[in-house]
Amino acid sequence: MTSNSDLGSADFETLASTSDVELLKRAWRNEKAAPEILQYEGALVERAKGQIELVEENIEDYVNNGVDPLVVSLYQMDLDRTQFLLRSYLRVRLLKIEKFMFHNLKSEEAESRLSEQEKVFAKSCADDLAKHFEKCVLSKLPENYQSVLKQSLISEADDMVPQPHLDTFVVCRSNNFVSLNLYEEGESPETVEMERGDLYFIRYKIVKGAIESGKIDLI
Amino acid sequence: MAGQTDPHISLFSPQEVEFMAEDEMVEIVPNMNMEPLNFISGDFGRFLPQIPTQVPLWLAVALKRRGKCTFRPPEWLSVDNLTQVLEAERESQSTFQALPFSYVEIARLLFDHARDDIPDMYMVRSLVEDIRDVRLHKLETNLGSFQGTSAVKISNVSAMEVNLVRPFVRRALEAFYKHDKPEADVDRDTRSSRQPREANNEPRELQCPCLSEKKSQVSSVPIFVELPEK
Repeated sequence: MTSNSDLGSADFETLASTSDVELLKRAWRNEKAAPEILQYEGALVERAKGQIELVEENIEDYVNNGVDPLVVSLYQMDLDRTQFLLRSYLRVRLLKIEKFMFHNLKSEEAESRLSEQEKVFAKSCADDLAKHFEKCVLSKLPENYQSVLKQSLISEADDMVPQPHLDTFVVCRSNNFVSLNLYEEGESPETVEMERGDLYFIRYKIVKGAIESGKIDLI
Repeated sequence: MAGQTDPHISLFSPQEVEFMAEDEMVEIVPNMNMEPLNFISGDFGRFLPQIPTQVPLWLAVALKRRGKCTFRPPEWLSVDNLTQVLEAERESQSTFQALPFSYVEIARLLFDHARDDIPDMYMVRSLVEDIRDVRLHKLETNLGSFQGTSAVKISNVSAMEVNLVRPFVRRALEAFYKHDKPEADVDRDTRSSRQPREANNEPRELQCPCLSEKKSQVSSVPIFVELPEK
């Protein structure tokens, strides 16, 4: 189990020895703030689950052995905090999957960010919703309008599928010096440079890559 | 329930912001003996009477509530420092003074649980509240002078304050961006020739002149997350 240095969990120099809880907190925060679903931190979740189970067993032992109830309650508090992070992280992801159900299954990039169980959930959710729509509404509409994904047979794209709004603004803080292109290719190249620790309100699309590589955190 | 904060009110509920602040390290002086604690979130050392140790805020509050320790208030939470900060906040209409990122939450928790450990507690508390008022007022007035841009730099704003203004600023900036975009190609050239970029590379010329000012009257390194080292 990796442990923190004494100087504080937010000390960026000790990123190499950052505890799992720190990483989980970071993943949770990023996931909450981002408009689309982010890469699933499978290894982190597994490790966190393992540690939680271990501590749960320990606590049972402590209670049975009559260890000081103060110590037991402190371990319980720590356990509760970690459990909250894990649960909230998973729930936020589920919320996003439900919100953008069809989009997640359609887009390969989004689908690759889901875990196996999430994929199963997304698929069954989408199937159920499609069936529900068909049964209640779509079968009663005229022929050309019966698709779940398209407004009508004439539409070229799947325009009934809501997409995550990538141009939304998020608050971010950078961990290192970062220089970003404000605009997409072909437009005039204005950049914004962020020092370590600066806070910015910025369009999500601009910082998307930097978040994935860990250079920027969402607040 | 976990993960179900209404995003239209604010992204994080106040409890969640406090939750995040509770991982900040503070110094306590235990008054008992205790074995090291091997938590999931880290190992916290032997607790010996009268030997100060660093622990996360939530642990410190838990120990304090059971009467097992006293707090050493952080350096920034002193009458002198706060008076200085308050004056500087009042002077400048557009920049924020450097305060720990979670100063609101830390101060609240300490006032609630560790009154006797803070010298001049009432003075300190009223100072912190004044600082909060001034900063919030500054935020409000600055919000009124927004202009369209892709990135706004906000220096030294704390976690609670960010959480408060986030929904409004987000919608405002999005609206600006949406309406700005088709005209962007035409206007950008004229803007860039009008105002030369400063060496510190601020995002765009037509930006909120207040929140993204980089020069600060009181030269201090912005401290966001870490409390000042002793």
